[in-house]
Amino acid sequence: MNFDFSEEQLMLRESIARFIQDDYSFDYRREISQSALGMSEHIWKKFAELGWLSIPFSEDCGGFGGGPVDISVIMEEFGKGLVLEPYMPTVLLFGKLIDAAGSEGQRSDFIPPIINGELLGAFAYLERQSRYELSDVMTKAVSNSKGFLLEGEKVVVLNGQNAAKVIVSARTSGDQFDREGISLFLVSSDSDGVERVSYQMMDGQIVSNFRFNKVSLTADSLIGDLGDGLKIIEGVLRAATVAISSEALGIMEELNRKTLEYSKTREQFGSAIGSFQVLQHRMVDTFMAYEQVKSLLYRSVCGLTETASDIECTVHALKALVGKTGKQIFGEAIQIHGGMGITDELDIGHYAKRLMMINTTFGGEDHHQGKFNFLRYG
Amino acid sequence: MDTSFSNADLSFRDDVKAFFASAYDLKLQKQFESFSTYKDAVIEWQKRLYSQGWIAPNWPVEYGGTGWSSTQKFIFESERASAGIREVMPFGVGMVGPVIYTFGNEKQKEYFLPRILKSQDWWCQGYSEPGSGSDLASLKTKAESDGDNYIVNGAKIWTSFAQYADWIFCLVRTSTDGKKQAGISFLLIDMRTEGIKVNPIISIDNHHSLNEVEFVNVRVPKENLIGEENKGWTYAKSLLAHERTGIAGVADTKRALFNAQELARKEVNGGKSLLKDPLFQKRLSDIEIELLALEFTELRVLATVAAGGAPGAESSLLKIKGTEMQQAVQEIMMEIAAHYQGVLDTEYPCEVVGHEFGGAARRAYLYGRAATIYGGSNEIQKNVIAKAVLGLE
Repeated sequence: MNFDFSEEQLMLRESIARFIQDDYSFDYRREISQSALGMSEHIWKKFAELGWLSIPFSEDCGGFGGGPVDISVIMEEFGKGLVLEPYMPTVLLFGKLIDAAGSEGQRSDFIPPIINGELLGAFAYLERQSRYELSDVMTKAVSNSKGFLLEGEKVVVLNGQNAAKVIVSARTSGDQFDREGISLFLVSSDSDGVERVSYQMMDGQIVSNFRFNKVSLTADSLIGDLGDGLKIIEGVLRAATVAISSEALGIMEELNRKTLEYSKTREQFGSAIGSFQVLQHRMVDTFMAYEQVKSLLYRSVCGLTETASDIECTVHALKALVGKTGKQIFGEAIQIHGGMGITDELDIGHYAKRLMMINTTFGGEDHHQGKFNFLRYG
Repeated sequence: MDTSFSNADLSFRDDVKAFFASAYDLKLQKQFESFSTYKDAVIEWQKRLYSQGWIAPNWPVEYGGTGWSSTQKFIFESERASAGIREVMPFGVGMVGPVIYTFGNEKQKEYFLPRILKSQDWWCQGYSEPGSGSDLASLKTKAESDGDNYIVNGAKIWTSFAQYADWIFCLVRTSTDGKKQAGISFLLIDMRTEGIKVNPIISIDNHHSLNEVEFVNVRVPKENLIGEENKGWTYAKSLLAHERTGIAGVADTKRALFNAQELARKEVNGGKSLLKDPLFQKRLSDIEIELLALEFTELRVLATVAAGGAPGAESSLLKIKGTEMQQAVQEIMMEIAAHYQGVLDTEYPCEVVGHEFGGAARRAYLYGRAATIYGGSNEIQKNVIAKAVLGLE
């Protein structure tokens, strides 16, 4: 039993932390979030140069061969800096789907350009009616002599605006809620019949809704086996859920740290407000809540690495706890900062809004607790 | 013990319903929804209430109140909320008005009260300062005597709608002798006076309603002092109790919860209505159960006031529970909106990209964080209850 990070992992953490401190100030991030792209191409190139885009990919296609611990380290540090660049959608969703299920050709065509920072991708799997349910797929891909015809709508596609390629989940057989019959397709976002509406979310990221109007796809756009897409999606999203929970952990640490610091400097009634017992106890509560999330995160990271049999349950538990604890921690951070906590100027509100969005990404607290309940109690 | 409505009450309810249905028309509703027309909408609506004679139900009849029983006031509030109509802007009618008619002189009453009732002046509140939040009595904005005037210097913060305001009522320091509460005065200041500067504060919901108001050598005639010099804290305290009762907003929360229930019924997850999800039901009923109780807590306080008692520490209870319930309903709305809670409806309206209520849910939830902070933070309210009710020092 060992919860230590390797020398390499510590160096990785250190280099990301230094990058955020030196090159990714809160003001600079604000500028990026107000730009048309909602990300910095310059920063993305830097990520490529530093090798961060290669970490989760296997060595045979130019990757670093990193595992869940490495990804967790990266995402936790990105969380602390509220990094806007599309690491999750491009590397951990688009890239990992191809890595997990793509053909040799697809892997060698698309993974190296991701690693070089030349290709931005996205994964379109949510639908207007689907809420958080992954099997609720109405978008259809009908096979024809040339390949497939794609018809339907996908919503809230992370990095949809900037992605040149999008992986789309579509039904090739079965009914709306069937687990079987969902397939994955690689679509160029500039194909004929693709309409895109992009909009900004409260955490600064720009997402898109895609409308596919009889988009022609060649037979080799299929990723993985026909009709077998849901298992692939679930596997990749499970790892992504652990990754985004790591990001949440980084944010929680920052919120707790900043709040504690503020409570030591802000004076009311002639004393630092941190000297009031009621606030002390609440900050103890948020500290303990943070430690609990960290433990369940480590449990999940180890479970992924060791392919534990109960990993599905553990990850549902993790995401439910991240949602619940997130609300508690940003709630206290805002409340203890008083009026300052609800200003746009201070970073506290921005960390809070990112936690809110993380709660809705890959399923909210109740959704995961419901899945957990079903697995555990039937 | 009896809470049933008399026939007279029931017919009063019909009158109120009918008035709201005709006076709060669609055009006005639209105006309320856009930030650019919000100010005009508020004033227009308040003028309609004034014409009906219903702008200030809580004021004594001699100053323009309605003389309603507490049951009638309850009916009026419930009907207002269920018609989806906002409360009257609190700063004039709810806050400074009662201070003026209770502690002001005849000249002040004659000048200000009718103007408040007719919405001729937009008021804002100058209490908090950058260094004085929960510890309000430590405020430092000072008013120094200079003949017939005070010279005011300092800064107020979190001033809602100062950008629209014609007048600000301020707590200012006129003495540094003795206890800090003892050197505070209550001063009315014309916002057009030279030396006042309003600096916008953009809040977490990306909107501008809050401000910092700076005072540099602002000359205020002494006739604008309410009551006696250095007694302002006492006047303000009586006002705070008013503010805290208003903050509970039970009727509005009930309406918002009902709205949430209807939206959840239509929302589907995995082929099942969200309203049938046991976890969601637990969230919803936790709130509804508390609200059933809180509604009667509010009625009990109103009954005490009607019987001649003053709202005391009970108003702290209402403030704490009321704001907690508001936030709980706002959170439920975010839960229902799921992904669409995050949509910034700047470029496209929410219904184009997802749920039409997503943007409204986000704004209410984000700005709603302020409710447990303003009007005396909930921590301060608990101190009040600990001291005044439980006798803990």
